[in-house]
Amino acid sequence: MLVLSRKKDESIMIGDQIEIKILAVDGEQIKIGIVAPKTVKVHRYEVFEAIQAQNKEALSASSSFLEQLKKK
Amino acid sequence: MKIATKFLGEIEIKEQDILTFEQGLLGLEDYKKFVLLPIDANLPLVLLQSVDQMEIGFVIAYPFAFKKDYSFDISEEDREQLRIEKEEEVLTYTIVTMKETLQDSTINLLAPIIINMDKKLGKQIVLQDNKSFPLRYPMQSLEGSAK
Repeated sequence: MLVLSRKKDESIMIGDQIEIKILAVDGEQIKIGIVAPKTVKVHRYEVFEAIQAQNKEALSASSSFLEQLKKK
Repeated sequence: MKIATKFLGEIEIKEQDILTFEQGLLGLEDYKKFVLLPIDANLPLVLLQSVDQMEIGFVIAYPFAFKKDYSFDISEEDREQLRIEKEEEVLTYTIVTMKETLQDSTINLLAPIIINMDKKLGKQIVLQDNKSFPLRYPMQSLEGSAK
């Protein structure tokens, strides 16, 4: 992993179109500004983790559920 | 060809019905070949079954039966990956997390399954996280809308 130190108001460029800027640092909380083309999707990592976990939970449905449906 | 399925036992499928999910599903990236299997024509539910692994089978739902105003834009990147040219070739489903009863079960509106039926390509896309796209949307409205 590339590790860079940045101060408030400093930026990092990823490629020539994506800019990551440190807007504010307040204790443990860091505000980050992201400038990127519309085609680049930006998500909090937790969103991906939550979806992965939900997919796995969905898989755990028992195969008997079809029987339950038929009873209704 | 014959495949073993999670919910329906061994069944015969046609090669041309196989859908390719180039990136797999989130957290399950190893499985890329799926088929859609009908359950019951009266229910807005179908099965998404991995061709290669019996245990990888999901119940998926036609989301508009549960949330009429569900709508989102498909990003340019996703359109390109799914080679979408016109809206008519696209089907939208949402993965169901089945609980003891349908009333307790939920659908994932945050990361719907988009399928291009013409090109036989599928992808689980991730929408911008916000309150209109809950990860666990209750299915209880089924009673009213589907019967």
